[in-house]
Amino acid sequence: MDADDRLIADLADDLDAAFERLVIAHQDRLYTIALRMLGDPGDAEEAAQDALVRAYRALASYDRARIAELRLRPWLSTIVLNRCRTVGARRATRGPKPVSIDGDANRPITEPEAPEAATPTAVAERHAERDRWAVRLAALPTAYRTAIVLRHVDGLTYPEAAEALGRPEGTVKAQVHRGIALLRTMLEAETRPEPEEMTA
Amino acid sequence: MTTQLEITDTEATALADLAVRAPSTLRSSVLVEVGLMDRYGRIDESPLGPLVVAWNGVGVVSVDLAGDQEAFEARHLVATGRQAIAAEVPTRLANAIARRLDGDRRVRIPLDLRGHTGFEQDVWRKALEIPRGEVRPYGWIAAEIGRPKAVRAVGTALGHNPVPLIVPCHRVVRSDGFIGQYSLGGPHNKRAVLTEEGLDPDAMESAARRGERLVGCASTKIVCWPTCHTGRHMLERNRRPFRSLAEAGAAGYRPCKVCRPVAAAA
Repeated sequence: MDADDRLIADLADDLDAAFERLVIAHQDRLYTIALRMLGDPGDAEEAAQDALVRAYRALASYDRARIAELRLRPWLSTIVLNRCRTVGARRATRGPKPVSIDGDANRPITEPEAPEAATPTAVAERHAERDRWAVRLAALPTAYRTAIVLRHVDGLTYPEAAEALGRPEGTVKAQVHRGIALLRTMLEAETRPEPEEMTA
Repeated sequence: MTTQLEITDTEATALADLAVRAPSTLRSSVLVEVGLMDRYGRIDESPLGPLVVAWNGVGVVSVDLAGDQEAFEARHLVATGRQAIAAEVPTRLANAIARRLDGDRRVRIPLDLRGHTGFEQDVWRKALEIPRGEVRPYGWIAAEIGRPKAVRAVGTALGHNPVPLIVPCHRVVRSDGFIGQYSLGGPHNKRAVLTEEGLDPDAMESAARRGERLVGCASTKIVCWPTCHTGRHMLERNRRPFRSLAEAGAAGYRPCKVCRPVAAAA
């Protein structure tokens, strides 16, 4: 019985007592999915919040048997992706915010620091490298980006990602592979030397 | 697609590295929205001075006189079983409460009354029907909610009203016409709020001392609670005080359909 199985059992027993544990266990991954789908930290927080609130209301309306059958990781992923579509569509009609990939100045993104890379330069380089990957990922067509975010950023298994997306596993695999191929193409284009830089 | 394009370790690490932590505000925002955690903040203007209001996504949870924050948080936890965290009262909620305190009954303020009994909620819902500038006795609420003998229980329920001023329990007075107790700082405050709403508590208690429970209008032959607004334009020479509904009935008066006076169970 893994942590989610225990959580599911407790949610079925007493939703109000167990729900905070669901939030703590899944908020980082839902926020990550939303941030990588939407690009804007404010939009991502809104989508993640909406998703968790909807999850609570859905659980409150389900009977024990239905809660017991849930698989939290794919189920919550489906909900947050739906909220991302809504928030993203509204953003599209209002016009885009300035591009900001990894949070604004007053809200530093905290992540575990690798002990051997703790010098300021190493940390800065690591952040710069992460920003470059975020930009590449954001440039992918939505279907590929979604599949890669679920499989490789969030770390769902293929069966879980397929369940989250409501698509056959083969389709999700193909989307991930095509997305990876596109990321490589971008990477190659970036590393091609440019004459201006050579003169320095 | 048959070609298996395997992801390299470097790519896998770079993508996994795009996982981030949620902002620290996310958890509390979610818990407040679904009603598992509350926020509280200050409202400066009220007939009783600064207030502290607690709320969540379900509605307003409590209203109290502003005081020590730690003491408030502790009381809140005991009363609701939920943590309350200090915050700014949202403008929309602050405006709605200000309008309600001003006597505007059209403004909707959702209330979170989970954990209270159906009887208590019936009592509070009925108290909401009493207009600003009017009062009704405990016995009236008891009769209106179909529990005519539960007068004392009505008084207890009003004493437990978690959202005073929003649910105007100050507009419910003793069946003998005296002002009675008030949970938000005692009878003195009840008189202050009623005065603010245009009533004269001293005159009301003088009438009570004379035994006047109801007022009839000689021209319409209708008998009302003394503060009913339908009787407000009555000419002084048409004013007939009564000690009871029975006395008014014997004199040929019928009860007002707006304020619905009932036989007072003392």
